[in-house]
Amino acid sequence: MLESSWPLLSLLIWMPILGGALVLLLGDERESQGRVLAMVIGLATFLFSLLLITGFQPGTADMQFVELRPWVEALGVNYHLGVDGISMPLIVLTTFSTVLVLIAAWGRIAYKPNLYLGCFLIMGGIVVGVFSALDAILFYVFWEAVLVPMFLIIGIWGGQNRIYATIKFFLYTFVGSVLMLVALIYLQFQAGSFAILDMYGLDLPMSAQIWIFIAFLLAFAIKVPMWPVHTWLPDAHVQAPTGGSVILAAIMLKIGGYGFVRFSLPVVPGASLELDWLMILLSLVAVVYIGLVAMMQEDMKKLIAYSSIAHMGFVTLGFFIVFQVVVNAGESGALLALGGGMVQMISHGFISAAMFLCVGVLYDRMHTRMISEYGGVAHRMPVFAGLFVLFAMANAGLPGTSGFVGEFMVILAAFQASFWYAFFAGLTLILGAAYTLWMVKRVMYGPVANEKVGALTDVDGREKLVLALLAIAVLWLGLWPAPLIEIMEPSLEQLLQLVMAQA
Amino acid sequence: MENIYLIIVLAPLIGAIIAGFFGSTIGRAGAHWVTSVGVGISFLLSFHVLIGLISGDRQPFEGTVYNWMVAGGLQFEVGFLVDRLTAMMMVVVTFVSLMVHIYTIGYMADEEHNWPKESLAGVNAYQRFFSYIALFTFAMLMLVMANNFLQLFFAWEAVGLVSYLLIGFWMNRPTAVFANLKAFLVNRVGDFGFLLGIAAVLMYYGSLNYGEVFTAAAANPNLTMNIFGAAEWQVATVAAILLFIGAMGKSAQAPLHVWLPDSMEGPTPISALIHAATMVTAGIFLVARMSPIYELSDVALSFVLVIGAFTALFMGLIGLVQNDIKRVVAYSTLSQLGYMVVALGASAYAAGVYHLMTHAFFKALLFLGAGSVIIAMHHKQDMREMGGLKKYMPVTYWTMLLGTLALIGFPAFSGYFSKDGIILAVAESQRVGATFAYVCVLAGVFVTALYSFRLLFLVFHGKERMDHHTREHLHESPLVVTVPLVLLAIPSVLIGLITVMPMMLGDWFGDAIRVLPANDVLASVAASYDSAWALVLHGFVAAPLYLAAAGFATAWYLYIKRPDLPGRLQQRFSLVHRVLEKKYWFDELHLNVFAGAGRGMGRFFWKVTDAGLIDGVLVNGTARTIGRVAAALRRSQTGFLYHYAFVMIIGLLVMLTWFVFGAR
Repeated sequence: MLESSWPLLSLLIWMPILGGALVLLLGDERESQGRVLAMVIGLATFLFSLLLITGFQPGTADMQFVELRPWVEALGVNYHLGVDGISMPLIVLTTFSTVLVLIAAWGRIAYKPNLYLGCFLIMGGIVVGVFSALDAILFYVFWEAVLVPMFLIIGIWGGQNRIYATIKFFLYTFVGSVLMLVALIYLQFQAGSFAILDMYGLDLPMSAQIWIFIAFLLAFAIKVPMWPVHTWLPDAHVQAPTGGSVILAAIMLKIGGYGFVRFSLPVVPGASLELDWLMILLSLVAVVYIGLVAMMQEDMKKLIAYSSIAHMGFVTLGFFIVFQVVVNAGESGALLALGGGMVQMISHGFISAAMFLCVGVLYDRMHTRMISEYGGVAHRMPVFAGLFVLFAMANAGLPGTSGFVGEFMVILAAFQASFWYAFFAGLTLILGAAYTLWMVKRVMYGPVANEKVGALTDVDGREKLVLALLAIAVLWLGLWPAPLIEIMEPSLEQLLQLVMAQA
Repeated sequence: MENIYLIIVLAPLIGAIIAGFFGSTIGRAGAHWVTSVGVGISFLLSFHVLIGLISGDRQPFEGTVYNWMVAGGLQFEVGFLVDRLTAMMMVVVTFVSLMVHIYTIGYMADEEHNWPKESLAGVNAYQRFFSYIALFTFAMLMLVMANNFLQLFFAWEAVGLVSYLLIGFWMNRPTAVFANLKAFLVNRVGDFGFLLGIAAVLMYYGSLNYGEVFTAAAANPNLTMNIFGAAEWQVATVAAILLFIGAMGKSAQAPLHVWLPDSMEGPTPISALIHAATMVTAGIFLVARMSPIYELSDVALSFVLVIGAFTALFMGLIGLVQNDIKRVVAYSTLSQLGYMVVALGASAYAAGVYHLMTHAFFKALLFLGAGSVIIAMHHKQDMREMGGLKKYMPVTYWTMLLGTLALIGFPAFSGYFSKDGIILAVAESQRVGATFAYVCVLAGVFVTALYSFRLLFLVFHGKERMDHHTREHLHESPLVVTVPLVLLAIPSVLIGLITVMPMMLGDWFGDAIRVLPANDVLASVAASYDSAWALVLHGFVAAPLYLAAAGFATAWYLYIKRPDLPGRLQQRFSLVHRVLEKKYWFDELHLNVFAGAGRGMGRFFWKVTDAGLIDGVLVNGTARTIGRVAAALRRSQTGFLYHYAFVMIIGLLVMLTWFVFGAR
């Protein structure tokens, strides 16, 4: 393991959390100071997170930037942090998304603005904690802590029906995580430590593996979310303020996907192999069934929420086809599958954030999310329309955008597992284009639909900045994904070895 | 060596970027100059490359531009393969594109009239249009120059994107934005097959690089795979058919043809460039490029043959009942694409690609000519309101007449050689479906002549049926419009005589197209004709010319001699007319059956399964129980919930900090 000379990861966790607390303490009267302070902290965190990229040693699967201190010695719980090629990109995605939300919120929040900004900073810090924790209990603490700011964001700044949405959100995710804690404690008994890496390679009996797998599955599947435990997401999105939706889609869902690669696959590979048919089935249901549901949505946010679920189906599909791919075609295809799932997570972070921000731009002006109340927006907002169409195309998986890369890799790999997996996964080409571009048609094109649309003004500098940053990210990852793959691949290779040695 | 290829693709791209992002700064003239010069540079260099390849000064090039990614030890790269097949495509694409750029300057001159006053999108529409067509040229060049399937798919979708943007260019028209969505989705159905085909290629041939794939395919021609149960399928057949489904989308073969007629909602210059000369021929190019794979599978080639033959005849028939001038040309395009596909299916790849080239010239000419008419008619497209335009628009008339003669395959015109080559090749073919195809392509000759001369007679001859106001303003189009017509008319007439022997009947394409000796129908055709003039002489004694003449005579009788007859025939044969007018109900099939089923399933899953079952029964049932408990708790805490939560979390985190950093 590569020890860090100074606690960079701790900085990335605690700077936004403590800074966020400071913003909170400023009180909501000092709004302008609050937002400057929040922006400084958010930007600094993002810039520091870039040191993870520059200081990252490629070509090794070892944990890097490791920090290890005892925490609760009586229980053997350590404050243990570190990143590898799997978690590092997700951390940078987190700090990047936080900055975007801060820019998007700049001067736009009327009710308790500093509490709002503080929540997002704290949220960002906690999520970095989730991605960098190498101790199971530390992971669990961060995992549960994520709920609190998100609960508040939806509960305080949400729409009309926010209480229903928050209860649903809380209920779902809470049920999921309690069982995970039980599983982690059981694993500690077996491994003799809470270190996540020590839990790899245990020789557990199959029955125990299955139970652990199911406990993890509930926790992670709800976060991803997978069918049929997905119904909290559309409601949460519809009720959440724009920033909340961005963080929810861009980062929160990734925690679930991350859980599968950090825990399910390497800790219980036997059970993962045993139940891979279930995971593949649920993933394909997400792609096809949810794709069809997305098509019929009348509310833009719901549509994008459903499209998120469909896209996350590729993440879980990529992770769980590896067993069959290895049998049929060898390891190179399996790496394609794992890499595709990972790239899809990063890409979906950019695209879903962009789509929700776009809806936010429209909502700020029109105060409605219903597709039927729009039409011909492009006539009044040409710059916005250009960006919106770009992100829509990315959402539909157009080559040259990030949305293509992960889906392409997973479909290529899925074919090596079974023709039919690729067939159903490939339907996303049609469904993704149908639900996204049908919305684009009804919202953006056609004659100006009504007077409210006729009075629209194009994006201002702040909105343009946020969307342009995302556009660059989407295009960069689409045109040259090589650097990202290079960072991830050694870790994925090691993961694959670990899984295959046991399964 | 490599730089010239980079310049060829980047020159239009740079033009597109400048015109697109700085359109308001550089203005209209700036936009059309920067894009036209970019495409012009591309054309000159492409021509230079082609000459070099022909003379032997230049060897076919293959090389990587950059590594897109390396995953699982597999290279995914962007790279070029430039042999004669590619070089020919490059010249055709850039030449037609350049003509269209120049033509557009005239066609879009009064573009602001197409936009509502309050539309801000209309302000730079002229510049945006040039940006799009230059971007299209870039994407199309990347498509034909690819040396691997990844880049092919990239460019394949990129041309689809630009096509989408251009069909819906006049976004205030509901028909246009319906058509562009339809085009994109139907193409996506094709791309779905295409992507699966690429996956099959990668899995069984272990690479995405053309050369490596072809070598691997040839090494294991009898490789099999399972799809349904234990039945063994030849991999080459599966891959070839899947890839061809992609070609069916892009090259508008039945039943995926439905988007092309609707694409006529876009401005006419792009109908010429994208939906006639270049993009829609990508599927033809694809199959020709993949000939080493297709040659391994007679089943796949028979499939190709039958699909093409059906499209060639039956889409031509629909052209007979269309009244919109552009739609007639559009159905003609469908039919001609069918001819090309028939050639591919008969293993006469060179004839297919050769027809692609000649068709690019004369069909672009016909479309641009139609556009010239549309300008004169103040953007009315109904031929029933035209007539007698010959004397007002002589240049348009004569160039269109030349284009029509090429289209119907009048001996010695370019289209004659390519179409006759296809007919002769199909006659030689022993493949399953070849007889059906032969009947279709022969009958198609009559149909082609009939709808072509119907168009010509309705538009340029007979009574002047337009309203008084339009007639007063009738005049020939400006030079920027007529010069491209003339420049396209030259190759439409002459290119066949010059190039037919080496390109179609010789071994001009070399290694780029591979045909098994047993399938080489063009070689048997070549054995009978030793020069272009021999072919021309044959033309005067063979059936197609008489079929075409019959078509011409019928058109003349119906639309010049007895203009009252078509209406009566229509009543007499109302059933036939209805079938054709309804286009065999393909649109209804797609819209109601497939799209309808999708919508119905989506609604069912949403309302019944998601909202009813999962939420209604499982989640909310649980939630109601918990909600009652929570309600009691909430009463004591109302308003302070978030305080509690934050105290909890901050307390926890402070403890954590203390343990870690404080108490060592």
